[in-house]
Amino acid sequence: MIIKELSEAMGVSGAENHVRRILKQAVAPYADEMWVDALGNLLVTQKGTGQTSMKVMLAAHMDEIGLMVTNIESNGTLRFKPVGGIDDRVVLGKTVKVGPDRIPGMIGGKPIHLLERSEEKSVVKMKKLFIDIGAKDKADAQTKIKIGDRAVFATKFLDLGSTYMGKAFDDRVGCAVLADVLENGPYPADLHVAFTVQEEVGLRGARVAGYSLQPDVAFVVEGTICDDLPKDEDVSPVTEVGKGPALSVMDRTTISDPRLVSFLANVATTNEIPYQFRRTAGGGTD
Amino acid sequence: MDLLSLISTLTETSGISGQENRIRDLVKSTWLPYVDEVKVDTLGNVIATKFGSGEEPRDRVMLAAHMDEIGLMVSRIRGSFLSVVPVGGVDLRLLLGQPIMVHGQRELPGVVGSRPPHILSKGERNKSVPFEDLVVDTGLEEEEVNKLVRVGDMVSFRQPMVKLMGDRFGGKALDNRLSVAAIAACLEEMQTRTHVWDIVAVATVQEAVTMRGATTGAYGVNPTIGIAVDVTFGKGPGVDASESFELGKGPTIGYGPNNHPAVHQALVVAAKAIELPHHIEAMPRGSGTDAWAMEVTRAGLPTGVVSIPIRNMHMPVEIASLKDVERCGRLIAEFIANLDANFKTGKLIWNDGETEEKQA
Repeated sequence: MIIKELSEAMGVSGAENHVRRILKQAVAPYADEMWVDALGNLLVTQKGTGQTSMKVMLAAHMDEIGLMVTNIESNGTLRFKPVGGIDDRVVLGKTVKVGPDRIPGMIGGKPIHLLERSEEKSVVKMKKLFIDIGAKDKADAQTKIKIGDRAVFATKFLDLGSTYMGKAFDDRVGCAVLADVLENGPYPADLHVAFTVQEEVGLRGARVAGYSLQPDVAFVVEGTICDDLPKDEDVSPVTEVGKGPALSVMDRTTISDPRLVSFLANVATTNEIPYQFRRTAGGGTD
Repeated sequence: MDLLSLISTLTETSGISGQENRIRDLVKSTWLPYVDEVKVDTLGNVIATKFGSGEEPRDRVMLAAHMDEIGLMVSRIRGSFLSVVPVGGVDLRLLLGQPIMVHGQRELPGVVGSRPPHILSKGERNKSVPFEDLVVDTGLEEEEVNKLVRVGDMVSFRQPMVKLMGDRFGGKALDNRLSVAAIAACLEEMQTRTHVWDIVAVATVQEAVTMRGATTGAYGVNPTIGIAVDVTFGKGPGVDASESFELGKGPTIGYGPNNHPAVHQALVVAAKAIELPHHIEAMPRGSGTDAWAMEVTRAGLPTGVVSIPIRNMHMPVEIASLKDVERCGRLIAEFIANLDANFKTGKLIWNDGETEEKQA
């Protein structure tokens, strides 16, 4: 399944190679033209049936958040910084894969037994954490790791029955959808699909992809937050799993064209596709 | 014995305090080939005995390694999500985003979640999520969750053992499955060595929540001396060098009120006899091990503590060196082989200046 393959691929912003390789293979049979631009965006064109001259652009980003090794300490542990928005609260106690050879490492710290009272409920900042690959010292670590290597969480893809679990669904699910869209074409309009890079560090790939493709309209397919956990106060969820794709009216980086929002809602209604609106203005997309 | 593959099976098998069934079966079958009898007591301790060559009634050395691990317990079912409470010393700071396994009617993989950071205030992002706001998410729908999960079901970390560089490896529950493995290695070595005393290997339950297994285990076994085999703090990121021990430099031998001086001394002598790298671990008060419970069994029990250094204790990323596990087994084997009839009537008797007491 392409979602599993995409989810387990390593593609931290600026090093999307592995994801790009998977997508190239998947969409090549349905592409009339396919090229990789200067930043690494994978751009795919599929000619329409000619019923309309409109150029439609669809974008999904290939990159994921991750870590980058910034220093190798004398004791062989690795200092790192986040690439993209990583929540400090989820880093401690995790297993990661470092560099192109996916060297396993673990992120530990001071055991609970040795904590001061005030530390017990604290958040351990990433700058205070280290990746431990089991190296004896710096020279030992340097045989496997170089500064600048990217790391991702060692999260396995799981099929849970009614849902899937894994890493980088933001936005490999979007990539999977667009691969599927290409497979099901052609459509009345010309289709320009951009699998973009560097979304997580400032929406940079989409910016130049849009320039190259010069579309008439553009849609972004993204993973979004749910916040549908049980809460004591009545705070509505942002979206709910299993209730269909969410249409975004506005977020931190975009206000959608209201005509396109209505258009999408009409398409969903006409085709009896369940959909929902994204009920927050936070977050950003390509 | 392939020690690393044994450790991987032991650490990946679940056994949260009070629900040690699975790990108990595994420990029983692991030790069985090396002993004369295996029993399980009322609380669930595994008691494996290898008879010595001495005349009956023989003295007994009890080796205690707890087989339980820390974890979580389902406290409430909220729609399709589960609320959990800690069992043992669970580190709240690392729970968010942690892969877990819910031991319901069947094994349900899941993850610990909470509200996404995108919609939290800065203040909320700067403190760890309290237990009441964390949820376990199995990805299943409400109806299925209600069918498969009950309040009281245990939740363990879902973490495979990972081979790291050199002889190091990491995973969950190294505390204290490493000691179960070290005892297996010791028992294997004793197959070809003579020992006068009976060896009673006990895999205890409920250490992580009060050392209750060791309390009743030691009472029932009624040994001559007791050795707790456990883990201790490995030197590593975030830990003061003065209270931790370098990995790959051997096990630690405890010294302090929880360690009878003669037992401590005999362990050090054994280590030196086989030129085994080791550390002396000062234990000014308790040892934080089963020895604390064993020492006050019946009319009192001379105890000792041998520990394997691990990094990141109580995290699902505990890290150790394989050599240290092997050495721990060899140290205990040498110690046991040296126990003779005179140990109990000679060295174990307190002497208060009548003869010179030598420190290690």
